[in-house]
Amino acid sequence: MPDQLLFAMEVSLNGLMTGIMYALVALGFVLIYKASGIFNYSQGVMALFAAMTLVGIQEGRVPFSHLINSIFGTHITEFGFEVPALLAILLTVAVMIAFALFVQKFVFRHLVGQEPIILFMATIGLAYFLEGVSDLMWGSEIRQLDVGLPQGINGAIDNATFEALGYGFFIDNLDISAAIIAAILVAVLIAFAQYTKQGRAMRAVADDHQAALSVGISLNYVWILVWSLAGIVALVAGVMWGSKSGVQFSLSLIALKALPVLMLGGFTSIPGAIIGGLIIGMGEALFEFVVSSNDLFGAWFGFTFSATENWFAYVLALAFLVFRPQGLFGERIIERV
Amino acid sequence: MKTLATLALGAALAAGPAMADLTFPSLSYRTGPYAANGIPFADGYADYFTLLNERDGGIGGEMANVLECETAYDTERGVECYEATKGEGALVYQPLSTGITYQLIPRASADGIPIHSMGYGRTSAANGSIFEWVFNYPANYWDGASVIINYLLQENEGSLEGRKIVLLYHNSAYGREPIRTLETLAEMHGFELVQLAVDHPGQEQGNQWLQIRRERPDFVIMWGWGVMNQVAVQEAANINFPMNNFYGVWWSGAEPDVLPAGAGADGYRSLNMNALGDLPVLDDIRQYVVDAGLAAGDGTNVGSVLYVRGMYAAMLAAEAARNAQEISGETNITPAMMRDGMESLVITEERMEELGMGGVGPAFEVTCENHGGPGLALIQEWDAEAQVWVTLTDFIAPDDSVIDPLIEEDSAAYAAENNIEPRCNES
Repeated sequence: MPDQLLFAMEVSLNGLMTGIMYALVALGFVLIYKASGIFNYSQGVMALFAAMTLVGIQEGRVPFSHLINSIFGTHITEFGFEVPALLAILLTVAVMIAFALFVQKFVFRHLVGQEPIILFMATIGLAYFLEGVSDLMWGSEIRQLDVGLPQGINGAIDNATFEALGYGFFIDNLDISAAIIAAILVAVLIAFAQYTKQGRAMRAVADDHQAALSVGISLNYVWILVWSLAGIVALVAGVMWGSKSGVQFSLSLIALKALPVLMLGGFTSIPGAIIGGLIIGMGEALFEFVVSSNDLFGAWFGFTFSATENWFAYVLALAFLVFRPQGLFGERIIERV
Repeated sequence: MKTLATLALGAALAAGPAMADLTFPSLSYRTGPYAANGIPFADGYADYFTLLNERDGGIGGEMANVLECETAYDTERGVECYEATKGEGALVYQPLSTGITYQLIPRASADGIPIHSMGYGRTSAANGSIFEWVFNYPANYWDGASVIINYLLQENEGSLEGRKIVLLYHNSAYGREPIRTLETLAEMHGFELVQLAVDHPGQEQGNQWLQIRRERPDFVIMWGWGVMNQVAVQEAANINFPMNNFYGVWWSGAEPDVLPAGAGADGYRSLNMNALGDLPVLDDIRQYVVDAGLAAGDGTNVGSVLYVRGMYAAMLAAEAARNAQEISGETNITPAMMRDGMESLVITEERMEELGMGGVGPAFEVTCENHGGPGLALIQEWDAEAQVWVTLTDFIAPDDSVIDPLIEEDSAAYAAENNIEPRCNES
């Protein structure tokens, strides 16, 4: 098999894996948009906040220690004990549920019936607020995140592809974990939405707020539920991305990668987020591979370029939008006049 | 009464701020994606001036005032910070970003305020005959690129013929700075240079590292900043790239860059323009600044790579101010006097020892022609188990025969574009 084809296969596989990481972020957006029509600008910051909270709890750090020390002149930073990963994850989930309660009680409860743009603006405010709170609560230092997920090249895939094709493929163990976790997460979310009373309520609210209210479904309860679920999804995304780069402020920027995924997959479809993520991940990886290769683009045009990931994802999504404005899996909007 | 109050307010505004202190603006970034690297530098810069105030009563009897303005490493905000603080008696700007430096060079030159872009910014600003108000001593990016190649030559029996070197760079003005130098050096020493750009902020580098794995280079040189560094070190560990063949510039060689990768970062190497160690000045900072509750941060950064670099930058500014006071005979100096102080700055080993910073940087002299200093840097290696940087070499010199013509060419182009007459011809 020609080398370039082997390389393209390896790049495609890695692109698919990266796409799953994008999809993890996009899922949080979909959950909230589907149930409330709110485009949650703060989803990326929620991932940052969740990951910082997880590391902070694991390391036994005192929240708001900088603030406490500044006010009282103390030098407290840590409790002096470490919290096991599983317990820290559960405590972080509790924090994210508390955050959902806070958001509903102090922000969105007061904005029921407002225009979508007002709700969107509120989430921008929420993003800045949460960013500041994260900083104040846990500091700006980069933290190493270790919840026991394996990292590095997967030896079995490397050996198997080497024996079969004469070239060992690189697949990161962390990406494999992310794929498995994403699959479980999607299955659980779909099962929850289809087979539980709360899930059916969530779907009813998503379909029609007024009709859901008329049959006794509490909008307040459903929105808290949805923001809690989005918080848990943000935690998963934060853990996966944080394991790659350490937990730090730039985690909040991963939301930018979810936008083309949503444009492509549709804002209202959970499978759409996954498929959109896979297409974007693979598309941008292959494009980067081709245009940065001396043997391909270089041979054809006499020059190469790289660092295309940031913009090519949007170009790809826009190209899809030309043919399907609602995204691949989005609900078709029919308006009769 | 209302008119009187308005007049009083107008008079107060017209009088401007009180300028009794020596003002050193600090365009810092304690927020945003690069905060983890920006905080220790800003802390070191501020704490050194606080030390001078608390221990020595300021500089030449004048108290130092650090005017901090948050840029979040954003060029636009950096320019806003400059405009907002330049009227406060600013003596010298440390823009702390190549993008901001490029924007400030024409502004500050027109306003008559010196810039000190220490180890960053526009490299050809080292030519003082063209860039009157800009200084980038003690080393610049082109020096850094040349020092790495010189070290690799030294480690490979003087030859890099037929070797392959990947430059992994931040796709910004900063990251693109060393390309020209490395291209020239590649031609000179016969190695192949592969350039791989990483887009801001650098969270995704999977494709670049797959390419590195395919290319099988002998060495990787990184020009990264912020999250790009942490991700690159982790990705290198993931593909089992030999870490002691992986070299970062001095902005890719601090503790936050390697700690997230844990044991995988062991053996990673980088340049450093400031040596580390148990410096007496750090004891003074702990005593007079941290323990007194006057530190800019919580004191945990004291002694780290970027903290020491910030402190070193502050020391160079303070020494230039002291020099300016001596030259002018005035303690309350102006930006123009400060510039004169910077242009005739002499840093000796004895003076560094006296300041409690022996060996942190090399001895050097600034002249009208040379605003760039000697360009020396050392190589350090990360020991992941002990979580410390181990210094591997003394300060290494760059290849001036390569760097000087490049500086000459680039600065001449800038002079032609901006109608600048070269100075320094009087002697």
